[in-house]
Amino acid sequence: MRALIVDDSKTMRRIVGKVVKENGFEIIVEAENGEEAMTRLRDSSADAPVQLALVDWNMPVMDGLTFVKVARAEGFAELPIIMITTEGSMEYVTRAIEAGANEYLMKPFTKESLRDKLVLLGFETPI
Amino acid sequence: MIAATGSEQAFAFLRKLIYDNSAIVLEADKRYLLEARLGPMLTREHLGSFDELVARLNSGNSGPLRQRVLEAVTTHETSFFRDLHPFDMFRKTIVPRLLNERSATKRLNIWCGASSTGQEPYTIAFIIRECGLQLAGWTIDFIATDLSEEVLNRARNGLFSQLEVNRGLPVPMLIKYFDKVGLEFQVKADVRKMVAFRKLNLMEAWPAMPEMDVVFMRNVLIYFDVPMKKRILDRLARTIRPGGYLFLGTVESTHNLSNSFQTVQVGNATCYQRTT
Repeated sequence: MRALIVDDSKTMRRIVGKVVKENGFEIIVEAENGEEAMTRLRDSSADAPVQLALVDWNMPVMDGLTFVKVARAEGFAELPIIMITTEGSMEYVTRAIEAGANEYLMKPFTKESLRDKLVLLGFETPI
Repeated sequence: MIAATGSEQAFAFLRKLIYDNSAIVLEADKRYLLEARLGPMLTREHLGSFDELVARLNSGNSGPLRQRVLEAVTTHETSFFRDLHPFDMFRKTIVPRLLNERSATKRLNIWCGASSTGQEPYTIAFIIRECGLQLAGWTIDFIATDLSEEVLNRARNGLFSQLEVNRGLPVPMLIKYFDKVGLEFQVKADVRKMVAFRKLNLMEAWPAMPEMDVVFMRNVLIYFDVPMKKRILDRLARTIRPGGYLFLGTVESTHNLSNSFQTVQVGNATCYQRTT
C-alpha cells in the first residue's frame, strides 16, 4: 500500500511516515506542499495508486485545505484524506470536513491516535 | 509560581524521550505542553529547571524518574470507540434487534459498568443518538458506573483534552457532539444528560437495578481472579433480562466461567446473549 505524506516539516514527514509504515503501508510518497502533492497524485498510476493522504494544514505554496479541495475537484473522490494539524478550533475542524477531508488529527498526537484514525477509515492495522 | 526554565536542548531531549517511549509526537512549538505537564513535577522532585531534570535523567539509575516523566505526559489509556468492532456490532446488529424485541414498551435499559473518565458511556450515547432512538419516542435509561468518585466527576463534566478526543473519535462526531471550551472539548449538555453516572464497586453489593437489555462490562474481568470473574458473571446473568446482551473486552469471554450466556458473533466482533 502507498501513502502520501504532505508536510513542509521534514521531521513531521519522517515521524508520520514511521507510524504509517508500522501500520501496513510499504511505500511512502512525500511532498512539501499541496501543489507538489497534487503532482505526486496525478503521477500515481492506476496499478500503483496512492491509497491514503496525510496532510498538514499550514504549508507554503498550497496549504492543506486547498489541496483537499483541488484533489476532490480533480476526481480523487475516494482517496481517504487525514488532516494532521496544530489547528484545534471547531471552525477549522468543520472547514476541513466540509472541504472533503475524511478525518482530522490534532497535533500533538500519539502513534495510537493515528492508528485509531486508520482503523476508522477501514484500514486493517496490526494490533 | 515562577515558570521553570529550560534550554532548547533540554526540551529536545524530553521530546525524544517521550516519543521513543510512548510514541507521543511533540513538536518544538508544543513546549507549553511539556511545561504544563512536567512543571509541577519539577517542584515535587526539587529540581530548579528542565535542564536539571534532563541531567538527572542522564545520570545512573534514572529508571523510576523516567517512568514518572512518561506518566505525567501520557494520559490514562482509554479511548472513544475502543476496539471499534464491538460498537459497530452494537449499532448495526444489536440495536435493530432491540428495536424489534422491545417495540411494545419502547423502553431500553443500558448499563455501562466501567465508565472510567467517560469515553465508553459517551461512545454508547453517541450511537444511541445516531440511531435516532429518542427522536422515535424511545425512553433510554442509561446508567454508567465506576468505583472512583474522582473519575465519575470527570465523566459527568464531559471535558476531554485534545489528546483524548484524538483517540478513536470519528471527527463527524466531534463536530456534532462537542463544544470547544478553552483548550478542551466538552460533550454537549443534552448528551451528558442522557447518562446517569453513579458510584458502584463491583466487588461489593450491587444496588437494585432495572432489568438490563444491554450491559457493557468491558476490560473489567481481566482485573479479577477466576472465582471473582464467576461471581460477577453470575450477578450479571441475574441483572440482564433473558435474551439481553453483554459486551465484554476483546480479550475477555464467558467461556468456562458461566453457562448463562451464548456467544453472538458478527464479523470480528463478539457479544454474549443471556440464555432464555
